[in-house]
Amino acid sequence: MRMSRRIFLKGGGVAMIGMTAMPSFLQRAIADTPAPNKKKLVVLFQRGAMDGLNVVVPFAEPNYYRLRPTIAIPQPKNGGADAAIDLDGFFGLHPSLQPLEPLFHSGQLAIVQAVGSPDPSRSHFDAQDFMESGTPGKSSTNDGWLNRSLQETPSPKSSAFRAVAFGPYLPLTLRGSASAIAIPDLKQFRIFGNPQVTEGDFESMYASSVDQALHGVGQETFEAIDSLKKLDPGNYQPANGAQYPKSRYGKSLQEIAELIKADIGMEVAFLDSGGWDNHVNEGGVEGQLSNLLRDLGQGLAAFHQDMGDQMDDVVFVSMSEFGRTAHENGNRGTDHGHANSMFVMGGQVKGGHVYTKWPGMSDEQLYQNRDLAVTTDFRSVLGEIISKHLGTGDLSPVFPGFDNDPRKFLNILKS
Amino acid sequence: MRIAQILHSSRQRTLAHHRRRANIILRNRLEAFGIALLSATLALSLAVIVPGVQAGKSESPSATGNSEYNLSKSFKGKLPITQLTEDEAIMHALDRLAYGPRPGDVDRIRRIGLEKWIDQQLNYNSIDDSALDDKLAEFKTLKMSSEQLLDKYPPPNQTAKRQGLTPEEVRQQNQQDMQAKRQEMRQQGIDPSMIQFETMPGPQRIQAELDLATIDRAIYSNRQLYEVMSNFWFNHFNVNVTKGADRWLLTDYVERTIRPNAMGKFENLLDATAKSPAMLFYLDNWLSADPIAFQHMQQELALRRQRFQGLFMGMETPAPRQFPQAGRFPNGQSLQGPPKKQDRGLNENYGREVMELHTVGVNGGYTQADVIQMADCLTGWTIRAPRKDPQFFFDDRIHDRSPKVVMGKTFNYGGMKDGLEALHMLATSDATAHHISSQLAQHFVSDNPPQSLVNRMAQTFLSSDGDTRAVLKTMIYSPEFWSRDAYRAKVKTPFEVAVSAARALDAQTTISPQLVQWVGRMGEPLYQCEPPTGYADTADVWVNAGALLNRLNFALTLATNHMPGVNTDLSGLFGQDADSDPSLVLSRALGDFLGGQVSVQTRETLEKHLSDPQILQARLDDPVKHVNEGLIAGLVLGAPEFQRR
Repeated sequence: MRMSRRIFLKGGGVAMIGMTAMPSFLQRAIADTPAPNKKKLVVLFQRGAMDGLNVVVPFAEPNYYRLRPTIAIPQPKNGGADAAIDLDGFFGLHPSLQPLEPLFHSGQLAIVQAVGSPDPSRSHFDAQDFMESGTPGKSSTNDGWLNRSLQETPSPKSSAFRAVAFGPYLPLTLRGSASAIAIPDLKQFRIFGNPQVTEGDFESMYASSVDQALHGVGQETFEAIDSLKKLDPGNYQPANGAQYPKSRYGKSLQEIAELIKADIGMEVAFLDSGGWDNHVNEGGVEGQLSNLLRDLGQGLAAFHQDMGDQMDDVVFVSMSEFGRTAHENGNRGTDHGHANSMFVMGGQVKGGHVYTKWPGMSDEQLYQNRDLAVTTDFRSVLGEIISKHLGTGDLSPVFPGFDNDPRKFLNILKS
Repeated sequence: MRIAQILHSSRQRTLAHHRRRANIILRNRLEAFGIALLSATLALSLAVIVPGVQAGKSESPSATGNSEYNLSKSFKGKLPITQLTEDEAIMHALDRLAYGPRPGDVDRIRRIGLEKWIDQQLNYNSIDDSALDDKLAEFKTLKMSSEQLLDKYPPPNQTAKRQGLTPEEVRQQNQQDMQAKRQEMRQQGIDPSMIQFETMPGPQRIQAELDLATIDRAIYSNRQLYEVMSNFWFNHFNVNVTKGADRWLLTDYVERTIRPNAMGKFENLLDATAKSPAMLFYLDNWLSADPIAFQHMQQELALRRQRFQGLFMGMETPAPRQFPQAGRFPNGQSLQGPPKKQDRGLNENYGREVMELHTVGVNGGYTQADVIQMADCLTGWTIRAPRKDPQFFFDDRIHDRSPKVVMGKTFNYGGMKDGLEALHMLATSDATAHHISSQLAQHFVSDNPPQSLVNRMAQTFLSSDGDTRAVLKTMIYSPEFWSRDAYRAKVKTPFEVAVSAARALDAQTTISPQLVQWVGRMGEPLYQCEPPTGYADTADVWVNAGALLNRLNFALTLATNHMPGVNTDLSGLFGQDADSDPSLVLSRALGDFLGGQVSVQTRETLEKHLSDPQILQARLDDPVKHVNEGLIAGLVLGAPEFQRR
């Protein structure tokens, strides 16, 4: 079911090219033309439900310390490394996110707090699907919000790299009728052996395949392989001394920077990271969450440094399916909750500000008496980004049934 | 061990050789008919078969019309097959109830009859699997308990403690030892994949053996359906091996929790997983406690400690023996009061997933309050000590004694019975019957299985007390299972690609960590799925550009004999007479791997490339040109049709 629309549209599009027997080098030349849109969007999904309350710490909220006796992050104390990093007198960053502090204060990084999905589900898998499809509560949606956004800004000469997921799977966010590919490893993105024989054979076998699902994917694959030949993915040197962390997330960020700089038409990049489901020993200043945040912060800072001036054309946004319980559980961890925080970074971002309508954390203020309430719908954050940054005119197909009125944007981005 | 290994593989090779010779003779005889028949019926059969091949995807099945096939009673028995030819039905059975055909499988099923073969697979105990058992004998960890594994392959920090070293020193020492061993093995000319296997750091060896055994079982077991079901249930009750102590607990989980229950009653399986240290650790239930009961327990312990001390004081004996460095534990914690340890309380993780994933499903009708009360029922289900004494243990002291209400039913038995009864309610519920049936049908029939079929399977589930075999039987004896729509409708997962390719090639594995790594590279690292959902079973997740590329590269690597630790004998497989005839190699590869059922387009594309100079090559020392059989086999294994089952 999920694939039918994609198959139909893609099959139709490909058939037109395929049937005219256009030589493949011509097809490639077309495919290689960089897209006119210089703007890039990088999307990070933090799977497992990040604990936003220990990431963007409401240190001036007394209830926070009441509900989290052993895992709360202490209030900022002049530069101390084992306390929250003061952002605005009310919120502070987890100390492991120290690399992000300068980005926040220089206005490159904005934070949205108490943001999330209105759907009450505390199932990781439902909530991820709802957020990725952009249709909370509706499980029958077959495509992702970002794919629909690409459908709204069709780019007839788009590159095979227009939308890329870094990892072994194409996430729901990017699934749909607009072309998108997954790259598990940039260096290995080629056919082994003698390329003339094997690649040519596979290419023509998939190009002529009657299996429409695989046919379309084959087309994307070989176009991408060909575009990549111009690059030398093994030998990328990050600029400005940027050092990416060694994690899969760090590697993906570096590959994203590499492809953006290679100017081969990538408009949207997706990556995800795992390990956020800390029911046990989540910890406070030290612990499992702290390690994940160190990775997150170092990676983002390295990416920013590496991109340099090009950051003006880039917006990065992060999200996670839901937040975690306001109170800690019985094992120095937290269980599934509701609202969370999102990071937005880039040259066009009005950073240095925590965008929030703080719901408070007293028992009666908590959602269902246990979780931080959602006061900002994640769709209004994403809607603003794709509208202002990617130029998606009509948001109603992207977030159907949602009030997409631009006057309700938080104005996180400049104009 | 090494000698046993060599003897073992040479015996295998001899057996395989005999079998192949028989194969070739048979083939030569069939060939004469075959070619004539093939060319004569090509136009006709393509008209029937090819649209059929497409039907599972998105072409309209009506292209085939409503072709009805009357298969013989002795072949199909009571199986309601009307829309598939005999060959298609055999391929379908091998692709769904097994991990694809091995050379000779199709003929064997044709000979004994399809219903008979399925009956054997359902009642697998009578099937001889001793060859596989011999092959697995070298994986000694499979038979070891978690305790034995912890003892033999201790966590690095325990080794350090035992030897009085720092963990870093231990790591360095291990590295040096392994380096020396590697050097020595290399000088002896031992296979690199064997060296990699033999010099793995302790705990990794446990997982390596489990991975290799899983792949070997799927390739070689004659009890194919049982293997499919074992892997299905593991994925359903997923545990991630990389989470802490699970590295030592997973082998026991697979061998003694999942596998013995793979064809049995669902409730037994559910109870076994609920009590398994691997699951208790993975979904945190081992730490879950009723906070009030826990405080109570702490107070009682403190009281007892006081009384104990008082006893000595009263007898005017010296103070209790002092710890080294009076007043402090060796790690610097104060003796005064317990080390600042958080009170233990409820953890919802397992309580939620046991409902959402394992039983009733996310729309099974439970609320957040039900999640909490379910977790309450299961308080006290714990592990003695995950890394020291990894046994299931019910600790009544931290169990919630108040009445608990889950999905409208009250549980107030006390003790372990609260959890068992709650699990019993879940295992026997209508929602569970539908959820499990729907997942089975999704695995065996299609990504969106017909609701009518799911309903009938659910009925069987309820009337048979959750008997897996009975539910499977309902499915296998349904027209939906054998429908044209279901034929090749499933896209293989990476594991299925790897295993079915090895089976098609009649590949012989020795020790191949690389084969395991390839399954991971294609996107399905074995036993390492982080979320408790397990890996997806639908095409939308597996069909994408990067994944496809890895599949093509895997096919080439395996078929051209570039996978260390896996040997393929293609000239044996395709026959000597094909050695200089590329089109013969192609037709045999298509026949063996895909039952000859490929689209005209695929066949034509492949035929067109047979004239490529890479395909027929002379070697320096041999003027006669030989077919590059590996390349042809790799192309067929990389074809769109082989990505489906």
